Amino acid sequence: MHGPTITIEHLTKSFGEVLAVSDLSFTVEPGRVTGFLGPNGAGKTTTLRALLGLVAPSAGAALIDGRRYRELERPLAMVGASLEPTVFHPGRSGRDHLLVQAIAGGIARDRVDAVLERVGLADAARRRVGGYSLGMRQRLGLASALLGDPGALVLDEPVNGLDPEGIRWIRGLLGELAAEGRTVLVSSHLLSEVQQTVTDVVVIAHGRLVHQGPLESLGGGAQVIVDSPQRDRLASALEAHASVHPDPRGLLVTGITAAELGHLAFSQGIELSQLATVNEGLETVFLGLVGDDTAAVAS
Amino acid sequence: MTAIARATRAELARTFSVRSWWLLALVLFGYVAFTAAILALFVSDLGALMGGTPVALDSAASAMLVYTTVTSIGYLFPVLIGALAATTELRHRTITPTLLAEPRRGIVLAGKAIALALVGALYGLVGLAASVGTGAAVIAATGGDPALDDPNVISVLARIVLAMTLWAVIGVGLGSVVGNQVIVIVIVLAFTQFVEPILRLVGGLWEGTAQFARFLPGAATDALVGGGLYASLGALDPTMPSATTLLDWWQGGLVLAGFAAVLLAVGSLTSWRRDVT
Repeated sequence: MHGPTITIEHLTKSFGEVLAVSDLSFTVEPGRVTGFLGPNGAGKTTTLRALLGLVAPSAGAALIDGRRYRELERPLAMVGASLEPTVFHPGRSGRDHLLVQAIAGGIARDRVDAVLERVGLADAARRRVGGYSLGMRQRLGLASALLGDPGALVLDEPVNGLDPEGIRWIRGLLGELAAEGRTVLVSSHLLSEVQQTVTDVVVIAHGRLVHQGPLESLGGGAQVIVDSPQRDRLASALEAHASVHPDPRGLLVTGITAAELGHLAFSQGIELSQLATVNEGLETVFLGLVGDDTAAVAS
Repeated sequence: MTAIARATRAELARTFSVRSWWLLALVLFGYVAFTAAILALFVSDLGALMGGTPVALDSAASAMLVYTTVTSIGYLFPVLIGALAATTELRHRTITPTLLAEPRRGIVLAGKAIALALVGALYGLVGLAASVGTGAAVIAATGGDPALDDPNVISVLARIVLAMTLWAVIGVGLGSVVGNQVIVIVIVLAFTQFVEPILRLVGGLWEGTAQFARFLPGAATDALVGGGLYASLGALDPTMPSATTLLDWWQGGLVLAGFAAVLLAVGSLTSWRRDVT
C-alpha cells in the first residue's frame, strides 16, 4: 500500500468576519503518522473539513494526490475520516450506520463486520448508537474511517474519550497503519496525547502554520527543574550555559543536563534545594510555539 | 451502478434503519382507517337512518369519497417523512458521514428525492390498505356497493399512490430549503392543517380567487386524485364553485411535481450548499 500525499496549499477560510484559517500550507507524506497540532480554535477542524470537501475554502486548496475530495472516484476507498463522535443518528445501530456508509460509498458489505471486529465493537454493533459511550462512538468513527480500506486516514481528536487501554490501542493501530504505507493525519490539541505515536508534526495557531517537521525538530530535549535558597545567584550563573525560565517550582532550565547543572552549582558553591529532570519538554516547546505561555507554566 | 442509484439505495437504507418510518406509517394507517370507516357510515343508508339528509351520490362516487381519505387527510405523512429525511441529517449531524461517502451534494439530494418517492408510494399503499380495507368493509356491511370493480375507482386508487409519491418528494424539497427540523415540522403542520384549508374555503367563495385556489397543493391533490373531501363537499353544495374549478387530474399532478421541483431546486442552490461545520 502506498498512501496518497495530502497537500494544503495557501488555504484560507473565513466564516463571515472570523478568519479561521489563514494562508496555511503544509504536506502530509505516506508511511508516517503526522500530528496536526494546535490549541482549540486554531483552525484544525476547519482545515480537515476543507480537505474533505465539507467546507468550501475562501482561497487556496486542500488536495489528495493533487485532486479535490469531490473529484475522487470512490472517496471512502481513498481517504477514511473520523471527524467527531457526534455524527451518528442515535436511533440507528452502529452496524446499520456502517452498512449505510458501505452502500453509499460503493464498499463491499463484508467490510462492515471486518472493521467492527478490528475496532473491538462487534458485540455492541447491533445496539443503537444512542446508548454508546463516548469511547464506543470514537471506535465507531474509526470503523467508518477504516471501512473502505483507504490509503489515507484523517482523524480529528481520535483520542478524546478513550480510556487508557483504548489510548494504547489506538496508538498501536496508527503505527500499524503507517507501517503499511498509509498516510495518517491525526489532530490533537495536546502534543502529549500523540507524542508517542507521531513521527511528524504540523503545528498551527490562530489559523497559521507555526511549525512543520519531524517530531525531533520540535527540540525540547532535557529540561531541568532546579531551585536554590539563592535563586537569583543560581539563575545568573546558569544563564551563561542554558536558557532559564521562572517556574512555580523554581527555575525551568533547558539546554543542560541535571548532572551538568549540579556540577556547575557545586563548582560555584551554590546550595541546591531541588534538582529534577522533567520529560514534558516537548509539550512546553509546543505551548511556547502556539503562544500559550500561561498554559505552559500551569502544566 | 451509477452514483444516483447508489445514493438512492443508501437513502433507503438510512430511512429503514430508524424507527420513524414505521411509526408514521402506523399512525397513517390508524388515522385513515378510522376516518374512512366514519365517512363510509355517513354516506351509507345508515347515515340517512340516523337522521341525516339522504346523500345524492351514486355508489362509485361515495366509495371514492371514502377511499380518497388517504390523500384528503393522509398526505401529511409522506410530506413529513420526506421533510424528516432531509432535516435529520442536519439535526443529528449525519450529513458529515453522508457527504464523506458521496461528496457531490446534488447526487445525494437526488438520491433522497427518488428514495423518498418510493417511501411515499409505500405510504400510498399503506393508506389504501386502511381506506379500502375498512371503507369497503363498512360500505358492504351497510348494504352499499364498494364499487371496487369500477375502472374509474381503480384509476383513482392508482392516482392516490401517485399523489402520495409526489408529496414525499415535496417534503424532501421543503426539508432541503428549510433545514431546521423543528421549523419544517411546524410549517408542514400549520400549512396542511390550517393555512391551506382556510385558503381553499375562502378562495373558493369567488370565481376570481378560485382560479388561484385551485393551484394550491391540496386542491391540486384533489384534482389529481379525482375528488376528495373538499371537492365532494362542493358537489353536495352547488353554491360552492370549487368543484367545478378543479384542474384536470394530470394538471393537478403537474402542479404537485412543479412544487417538488421548485423546492428541490431552491434547496440545492441554498441551504444544501452550505458549509458543514
